[in-house]
Amino acid sequence: MWKVIPLMTREVAISLRDLRKEFRTPARTVVAVDSINLDVYNGEFITLLGPSGSGKTTVLRMIAGFELPTSGSIVLDGQDVSQQPPFDRDVNTVFQDYAIFPHMSVLENVEYGLRVKKVPAAERRRRAEEALANVALADFGDRKPSQLSGGQRQRVALARALVNRPKVLLLDEPLGALDLKLREQMQIELKELQREVGITFVFVTHDQEEALTMSDRIAVFNNGAIEQLGTAQEIYEHPATEFVAGFVGVANLIKGETAQALTGQSRTVSIRPEKITLAGAGDRQASGHVREVIYVGNATRIIVALDAGGQLIASEPHDGRAPTSVKVGDAVTLHWFAAQEYLIG
Amino acid sequence: MSQAVTTAPESANAGSGVGRGLSRYLHRHSHVRLGLLLSSPVAWLVILYLGSLANMILASFWQLAPFTGDIVKTFSLSNFQTLLTAEVYRNVAFRSLGIAVAVTLIDLLIALPIAFFAAKVVQSSRVRYAIVIASTMPLWAGYLVKGYAWRIMLDNNGVLDWALQPLGIKGPGLGLPATILALAYLWLPYMILPIYAGLERIPTSLTDASSDLGASAGFTFRTVVLPLLAPAVIAGSIFTFSLSLGDYIMVKIVGGTTQMFANIVYDNIGVAGNLPFAAAAATFPILVVVGYLWAVRKTGALENL
Repeated sequence: MWKVIPLMTREVAISLRDLRKEFRTPARTVVAVDSINLDVYNGEFITLLGPSGSGKTTVLRMIAGFELPTSGSIVLDGQDVSQQPPFDRDVNTVFQDYAIFPHMSVLENVEYGLRVKKVPAAERRRRAEEALANVALADFGDRKPSQLSGGQRQRVALARALVNRPKVLLLDEPLGALDLKLREQMQIELKELQREVGITFVFVTHDQEEALTMSDRIAVFNNGAIEQLGTAQEIYEHPATEFVAGFVGVANLIKGETAQALTGQSRTVSIRPEKITLAGAGDRQASGHVREVIYVGNATRIIVALDAGGQLIASEPHDGRAPTSVKVGDAVTLHWFAAQEYLIG
Repeated sequence: MSQAVTTAPESANAGSGVGRGLSRYLHRHSHVRLGLLLSSPVAWLVILYLGSLANMILASFWQLAPFTGDIVKTFSLSNFQTLLTAEVYRNVAFRSLGIAVAVTLIDLLIALPIAFFAAKVVQSSRVRYAIVIASTMPLWAGYLVKGYAWRIMLDNNGVLDWALQPLGIKGPGLGLPATILALAYLWLPYMILPIYAGLERIPTSLTDASSDLGASAGFTFRTVVLPLLAPAVIAGSIFTFSLSLGDYIMVKIVGGTTQMFANIVYDNIGVAGNLPFAAAAATFPILVVVGYLWAVRKTGALENL
């Protein structure tokens, strides 16, 4: 038997053991989640990050109880809930499309979970109003969901889930439908809210920036398995696999003979674009010709075709100095420090 | 690069032809476009539907001359007076209402699980469409064929009696229950289809959310599914209700001596030749359906449409 050894001395809120989910059709069997092991700690903000089809949403839906695992177990607060229906689990979900009941007022929506649990009407109302106030919607209780904006609906969904004081809050790409400005604002609000209520958040997203901004820890999903589990900094600075390096942020991967020529390494070398400069210092260098110059607002991205083969992307920040004046076709030399490289594989 | 500019293909504006010219004109004049599009269906509705309805209501105030049998076009309420005072008409009216309500309830009870299974439970779209097509299959056969099929099954010593014989019981025979049964069978597709469409429009995330918030399946059905399904149920019930109320053939085939309200209309047109009285009788189902729609609107069930 596999013995569970706690990584930290923190309480485990959710424990996934050899969790597997197959979707069977007469024609074929698709393995959506392939034997995942994960411990989520109490009060933690953990993000399941990955491209669509990587299994992250299926894991979330299994924790919620909408899907039953093919094999393996889900232990919630010390209790095996693997085969329990959603209404018997002490978790609540914020859905991607918010799933606000359109025929109920905002207050009725928020009260719903308490109504199910037969909480007396007066207390129900008080707690629902409190939850609405928490998400800055105190005066919106009488409105119909159709009268709300996307951001407001999202807050109603949050209030409706949090009013039940669940052990764990599951969030399924809740910011996906919002525009960029609102999304960035909600990221900060969500993080603050999580710190205030102290509830464990399991957050699913395909947006790596969102994951880096909000999470205590990130689990990077690919092909139904966890490729890497770690803090935002660990994931970004020390990606364990090529997939993680490529999915989280922009990465330069130097392989094969080029890697041998430039760094003396036989393994794949990865270096972030912002660590490479055109004019600065560094104990590594590579010459080449500019293939493309892309203005990205806070920086200029320069793609350089290397004389040694392959290409590297350098990012020159717009930090007050004169912006770079290189043009397509210019011969340039790139510099970086060997210490900024990391090896993969 | 410059070559690409000089050899640019003819611009999108280059076509000449009457068709393109007309299309351009219509593109610029949206009200003309709308007028052309709607004129014939609106004319159809106004002349053939509203016109004949008005004519019928007008005719309901006329009478027959007692001896000649000619239609006398003078205004009088005597037809309605007869309808309201004669006990036989009142009985038939209540019986017809009862039949229509019973048929609607039976269809609702059968349609809900079938539609739910097709819209929410089945995963494969092929099975889903098979169920939908199968449920509309009764519409493929002719009305009379289905009517006489039911008669053969329900008749004294018919198929049903034969099947029930080992249990020592007899079927209901021909009569009122047989009429309800046959009509419920006949109009079932008109209940299944709107409910299926209504269920498809309810996102699965809503029922997921309800379950996530702790509600059992029954609670979810009552508080989330049914209120959102109300417009579809009402649409279906209008079909089954008004079709049942207006039916007069099935009751002749399987109803034994039972009479429905539409038989009054039919008999007055055919046998008695009293068209004004038939017209007056025909206003009854119209009033009932208008009253039903008004009541539905009052409950606010259509606000979520």
